[in-house]
Amino acid sequence: MYAWIWRRLPGGLPGKIIGSLLLVAVVSAVLFFYVFPWVEPRLPTSDVTVDTGIGQS
Amino acid sequence: MRTFARGVGELFITLGLLILLFTVYDFYGTGIATSREQGTLSQDLHERWKRPGAKPDTVDPIRIGLGLAVLRIPRFGKGWVKVVVEGVSLADLRKGPGHYPGTSVPGAVGNFAVAGHRATHGNGFFRMNEMRAGDAVVVETRDTWFTYRVTSSELVLPSDVAVLAPVPDHPGVVPTQRMLTLTTCDPWYSATHRLIVHGILESAAPKSAGPPSALAG
Repeated sequence: MYAWIWRRLPGGLPGKIIGSLLLVAVVSAVLFFYVFPWVEPRLPTSDVTVDTGIGQS
Repeated sequence: MRTFARGVGELFITLGLLILLFTVYDFYGTGIATSREQGTLSQDLHERWKRPGAKPDTVDPIRIGLGLAVLRIPRFGKGWVKVVVEGVSLADLRKGPGHYPGTSVPGAVGNFAVAGHRATHGNGFFRMNEMRAGDAVVVETRDTWFTYRVTSSELVLPSDVAVLAPVPDHPGVVPTQRMLTLTTCDPWYSATHRLIVHGILESAAPKSAGPPSALAG
């Protein structure tokens, strides 16, 4: 997969490096701003209350 | 076959990177959002405190999601200052330690109960296991400094709501004392148990008298 992406990136070696970095940045941003915040509340580290049934999720 | 093996290998490397990145997010990323929320809460709280004629924030019912008091625990260091938010939903606790709605307000007879994240979201109650009997927990409201002293701590199951009772661990008993209860998860990064710290009000002093002695030194 990575080799395939590398071959597809245009612009010779410099272009490929810049392209790779851009891809990494975009993927990281999506992970940090959308995917991880969605996953995090679903993990048990978030449970700190005793179950009162009030305002509980 | 070779392509297949490489594909599987790349998949595992990708999964490993994903998990690594996620831990970075969990440890640091969530804390960034929390510290920003704390800033907003603190500004809002202090603005409301300054507003003349406004009712004290500690009169029930307090609006969910609003700050109501400032918590200081000298055991956790001088810089440990957190705005307590009303509510204990995940959304509330993302902002900081949360006051269980329906439990007492700071300084009142009964049990002022606060939940907070142990790890992640600023690691607020990370060192809760270090709390010892006699440790100070200082609660600042609009007009008053309340100093609580830790009396006991206990490890309970998540279902043990009796720790929040007006007389902690004795549901149904009419309270005469002014108690404080802090709850967080235990062990770190897990949720099998809850670490509970109880305290009792030692003193209440008007803000004009200056910060209490528990914060000095």
